Amino acid sequence: MRIWLSQHARTLAATLARLVRSPVASLLNVGVIGVALALPVGFHVGLANLQAFASELAAAPQLSLFLALEASASDVAQIDQRLKRHSGVRKYHYISREQALREIKTSTGLADVVESLSHNPLPDAFVVDASDGASQTLEALRDEFKRWPKVAHVQLDSAWAQRLEAVLKLGRLAVLMLGALLAFALIAVTFNTIRLQILTQREEIEIAKLIGATNPFIRRPFLYFGALLGLAGGGAAWLIVLGGVYLLNDGLSDLSRLYGVPLRLHPLTAQDSLSLLLFSAWLGWFGARLSVGRHLSELEFR
Amino acid sequence: MISFSRVYKRYPGGFEALRDISLAIADGDMVFITGHSGAGKSTLLKLMAAIERPTSGSVLINGQNVGTLRPRAIPFLRRNFGLIFQDHKLLFDRTVFENVVLPLSIVGYERRDAARRVRAALDKVGLLAKEKAYPVTLSGGEQQRLAIARAIVHRPAMLLADEPTGNLDAAYAGELGELCKSFNQVGVTVVIATHDEHLAARLKPRLITLRNGALAEAPVEAAA
Repeated sequence: MRIWLSQHARTLAATLARLVRSPVASLLNVGVIGVALALPVGFHVGLANLQAFASELAAAPQLSLFLALEASASDVAQIDQRLKRHSGVRKYHYISREQALREIKTSTGLADVVESLSHNPLPDAFVVDASDGASQTLEALRDEFKRWPKVAHVQLDSAWAQRLEAVLKLGRLAVLMLGALLAFALIAVTFNTIRLQILTQREEIEIAKLIGATNPFIRRPFLYFGALLGLAGGGAAWLIVLGGVYLLNDGLSDLSRLYGVPLRLHPLTAQDSLSLLLFSAWLGWFGARLSVGRHLSELEFR
Repeated sequence: MISFSRVYKRYPGGFEALRDISLAIADGDMVFITGHSGAGKSTLLKLMAAIERPTSGSVLINGQNVGTLRPRAIPFLRRNFGLIFQDHKLLFDRTVFENVVLPLSIVGYERRDAARRVRAALDKVGLLAKEKAYPVTLSGGEQQRLAIARAIVHRPAMLLADEPTGNLDAAYAGELGELCKSFNQVGVTVVIATHDEHLAARLKPRLITLRNGALAEAPVEAAA
């Protein structure tokens, strides 16, 4: 066991030394892998942020009831009564047309436009929180409210969130496909790198086999090399994504000031970072394994 | 203990390198395999070292049948041997020390223990002063001795050498003969494929002579 551990430690040290000995080639390899991985990872980060943003907004689906413009105060009171008695309504509040106009004036910077209006174009409205968030219930409620007198329009606020969710699903699929393609590219890169190494060390491998080296012993340094290459590439991808998020956040802070909404991209979570590193190391190992397996069998005992 | 029983070796293309070889080499023997070039000396050594499999017949090394051995077991069988090749097979991008330590790192020796053994082997062949040199800077005779140091560093029970004196002048060849003899004296089985008659005359080993892939005369002992 101690011998086994020390052999592994020695191989690791020798592999690191080999990576350092040819810094340009190593950096180029790591760079290629890093860029290839940064693409799907970057997209993933973008999607994750969009998703978080969307779910924040769509957490509590609401229905907005817009009354007809000619609705009177008694109409409003009647609907208020109906909502109060309705079992599917958890809570609701009323926004009068005057209140809505005031809010627009103060919050959106459209004061000039609002001032210039000769009359209030906004209807009275109720904002309803349903007791059940399932989309079927919400749709049933919408259809029911629509039939009430003096209700001009019912809007289901979660509809756009659902659409966004569908788009995000499509995006995630695209990221997955891109990731699979680029993972293949990573395997190809390590396969080729290891192939070249085996060719240059062919003599050494042959001699080692002649004097009693087992196949695992011969494979080990190449597998370490592949895994380290993948790991370093994953690290590079991580840095690229981190840098990208940092730069974008700089730009976003301007944008969020202009819109008055806090916009901020979150970088990769610790768990995602760890999976990225492990996965890229595994890919490198796998590419090396394929390459070594293929080229060692050419040197087999006849 | 090496024993061959009715061994044939045919290469793809139909060339028959060995025909009906039966022989036995006991532990502690000193054996020369002689014969004209192309008689099958190298093939015989390759079969002994489990570098090639016999086409038919059986090759037993310490009771293990090489022909039916699982590939995974082959490396462990080879560790019983010290191999010396005609072309030395040294690694030219490594120092003398690193070349000799290779068999020990394959087996997994502890570093300090390995270094001690490497120095002992280098001392034995007279290359201790050159442990940090690279093989290119060594003379032909020194390279040959380096190859011997690598072959004996893990203290194998059997030493197999293919034309070890091939490219050496007479003085070096004599030195090499003495080295082999000294290993034999401490109990190592030594098998040398050679056509160097001076060496044979000096060491007086048992001779196995091949002619066109067959034994030229019946060896003293038949196969066990």
